[in-house]
Amino acid sequence: MSTQGLEATASPAFPSVDRGRLVSTLGVLVGVALLLVFVAAPLITIFLKSLQNDSGTFVGLDNFVRYFSSAGLIQSLYNSVQIALTVTVIACGLAFCYAYALTRTCMPFRGLFRAIAMIPILAPSLLSAIALIYLFGNQGMIRELLFGNSVYGPIGIVLGITFYVFPHVLMIMVTALSSADARLYEAAEAMGTSRWRVFWTITVPGARYGLISAGFVVFTLTITDFGVPKVIGGNFNVLATDIYKQVVGQQSFSMGAVVGLILLFPAILSFSVDRIVRKRQVAQMSARAVPYVPQPSKGRDRAFFVFCSLVSVFLIGILGTAVFASLVTYWPYNLSLTLAHYDFNAVDPNGWSSFTNSLEMAAWTALIGTCVIFLGAYFVEKADTLPFARGLLHMLAMIPMAVPGLVLGLAYVFFFSTPTNPLSGIYGTMAILVLSTVVHFYTVAHLSFVTALKQLDKEFEAVSASLKVPAYKTMLRVHVPICLPLILNVAIYLFLNAMTTVSAAVFLYAPDTKLASIAVLNMDDVGDQAPASAMAIMIVLTSVSVKLLQVVVTRSLLARSSAWRNRDTA
Amino acid sequence: MNMAAKRPNRVRPAAFVAPQDAPSHDAFLEIHNVSKRFGDFHALTDISLTVERGTFVCFLGPSGCGKTTLLRSIAGLERQSSGRIIQDGRDISNLPPSQRDFGIVFQSYSLFPNLTVNANVGYGLVNQGLPKAQIAARVQELLELVHLPSSGPKYPAALSGGEQQRVALARALAMQPGLLLLDEPLSALDAKVRVDLRHEMKQLQRRLGVTTIMVTHDQEEALALADVVVVMSKGNIEQVGTPMEVYANPQSAFVADFVGHMNLLRGTVQPDGTVRIGSRTLSLDSNQVEGLSGDVLVSFRPEDVMFRGLDAATDNQLQGYIESVDFLGAFSRARVRVDGFDGAVFEADLSANMLRDFGVDAGSTLPLALPRDRICIYPGNERTAGLVKTSGEGRA
Repeated sequence: MSTQGLEATASPAFPSVDRGRLVSTLGVLVGVALLLVFVAAPLITIFLKSLQNDSGTFVGLDNFVRYFSSAGLIQSLYNSVQIALTVTVIACGLAFCYAYALTRTCMPFRGLFRAIAMIPILAPSLLSAIALIYLFGNQGMIRELLFGNSVYGPIGIVLGITFYVFPHVLMIMVTALSSADARLYEAAEAMGTSRWRVFWTITVPGARYGLISAGFVVFTLTITDFGVPKVIGGNFNVLATDIYKQVVGQQSFSMGAVVGLILLFPAILSFSVDRIVRKRQVAQMSARAVPYVPQPSKGRDRAFFVFCSLVSVFLIGILGTAVFASLVTYWPYNLSLTLAHYDFNAVDPNGWSSFTNSLEMAAWTALIGTCVIFLGAYFVEKADTLPFARGLLHMLAMIPMAVPGLVLGLAYVFFFSTPTNPLSGIYGTMAILVLSTVVHFYTVAHLSFVTALKQLDKEFEAVSASLKVPAYKTMLRVHVPICLPLILNVAIYLFLNAMTTVSAAVFLYAPDTKLASIAVLNMDDVGDQAPASAMAIMIVLTSVSVKLLQVVVTRSLLARSSAWRNRDTA
Repeated sequence: MNMAAKRPNRVRPAAFVAPQDAPSHDAFLEIHNVSKRFGDFHALTDISLTVERGTFVCFLGPSGCGKTTLLRSIAGLERQSSGRIIQDGRDISNLPPSQRDFGIVFQSYSLFPNLTVNANVGYGLVNQGLPKAQIAARVQELLELVHLPSSGPKYPAALSGGEQQRVALARALAMQPGLLLLDEPLSALDAKVRVDLRHEMKQLQRRLGVTTIMVTHDQEEALALADVVVVMSKGNIEQVGTPMEVYANPQSAFVADFVGHMNLLRGTVQPDGTVRIGSRTLSLDSNQVEGLSGDVLVSFRPEDVMFRGLDAATDNQLQGYIESVDFLGAFSRARVRVDGFDGAVFEADLSANMLRDFGVDAGSTLPLALPRDRICIYPGNERTAGLVKTSGEGRA
């Protein structure tokens, strides 16, 4: 064979790059760059800050030594752990029984109970604390139920956070209990096993990964929550309020950084456990498993109905109290109803603008976050170039889940307020609030997209290359339409979280970008509890509307695409 | 074991003889010394192969033999670690898939679920900015080609597996590619549909004359479809040839074992050129054992065991004890034991009328012969096909 003949027609020395590949290469690199700047760099800064004094000199572990020799701060650490353990036990216990009732019994109104359990997700965590003060505070409606104990302190914090974390734990528990294999129960029954033994030998082991995962999630959410202890904690200090006091109150950034790193600890631990547990959970349910269908049992179903009703009364009661508080003229002296507390302009210098700021921030977060996170997940999962960079992108995308909002907010303060940082221009603007919120909730959205994209045929890219269609066109024509319901779901998830979040934003807002959730905090701080409740209710109303809108839109989306989504319409 | 060194030098993969009915020596695809490593794993070891224009080639081998990797390297979906690939005179070794010229069909159909059949088939055409009417006409033509003229407005989910794979085939042909790549296209289908579609694909390929490479692990499929079969094992090409050649004249114990049913019995070559199995001696032609000594594998197909027309002059006559008989419809397959074979059992096919005439049943004994010209001898003493996963021995 003549080699010369071949070389004449051979491709040029630099193989030409097609546009599809160029786009995915750029996409991966931009994704990595963005996450390095907005995730990795701020976290590195907070780490460095903890090794410096407030004037920026390197002092090694001095700050940590000072921290651990301060009795007050050690007390906060102890308090935090105590509260977190208590909430973990209570919330996991309640959520397990509630989830068991939803998945393993024939109790009536299961759908309704499931919906009620989701109420706390629609509200900022502050709402429960404010409502608890109205119920059990110094002038509370039913303070006698505490038998003289003060709600300001551990009791209030535990109750408030339990309310706030309940839906999060419940979702994990429901998932864990849903994946039961009916064949195990049939086998146990065939051998005449007692119910009690079946519960301990099949049900609990089957759900054990969910239980472990839920335990760590609650522990972390509790120890890092800031809103509830701030409002109802009184003189009972915890880590999350300490970090706020150190930074906002005493302007001690280096001590703030130390507390932040300590908060990072349980979060990273829980994150790691969750990762391991999730892998096991998937492996547990084989394709051949037969889903468990509960059989009616009068006594059990009634007992669980009573239990779920009690929990629901608590959940609705908290929300109802907040609504009531926002409408009463002057508790407890003037009980006539009024909308005056919704006239925020009269109470707070920012007035209604906090609310519109929140809407704006949430809308941008949903829009930008959904696009960026979808593209990131797409490149991680479908790009055919740069395997190392894609792995890095995925790894960076997992980090935010392990970073509590307070720590993230603090890291952003440190990183973006440095005048030498070329990005310092966004400090104090709406942009930094949007960015921090997108990053804060990045991981869950990223994982949802990755999971969905994994389920799409892995050869779509190969087919489209063979048809000379660049991969990004196929993404727009095929991947996006198929994932549309999920894309909407993620957008709503980001919107709701942006509406209710306090933790990262509390360090990052400027007077003209104050958010509704921050306004709740501030108004409560200065004693305007009724307007604070009113603002919290505005957030809930917004969340509910958005959620309803999502239901309607998703339904119409699914109706329009039913022709190709349903496999049985042949 | 050292198969490669002892392999008969009749195997010349890079320059095989083109089938009679193909245009003479018009190389369309040339693969030169292509290797692919995934870390320490050698998926392809120095593969060279030439595909003639217009032929239907099957890469046949067990899973993990590298056949799919080779196909994906040709498509550019996998980049070879070294070596060159030349398609139609153009060096495509380093081109991205979009700049190569091929259509591809996968086992999973890979149809875009949210697009109609029309949109799927016309997917590439639309991107080229052709006028709508022209695209519609071309799509309709393609759908008629695959016998689905009225399925255009349907969505893939409304079609059966076989129909979806036809649509995928039409889509792969839409851009009039020079090369059609089929990656186990029939493996996900029911047995009956598989045979029907197989037949149609062959017809279609003949009609369009498009050079086609299909990857399959199903030897029956490969023998039925291909002009040329490339048998692969552990990243190497074992044999290249027409289906008839590969079946009748396997060049290695692996091919013998993998393609069709083959009895492989352990034996030893004697100094006088005979082969011993246990205490029995088989006489063979001297060229069958040329250059071999020591342990060998004696192979013959079940259908080649002779029961009729035995006389005094027939070589290698034995008394066979029938252990069991499996009824398989047109014929039956018996497990036969022979005294002195060290307990080795082999299979022999008995036609339906043989069974009637001889009244053969489990437990009967009857004379048989192993015709010397149907016996192949391979060096070594291990069966290799189907043992890819467990065997750690290198063959390259």
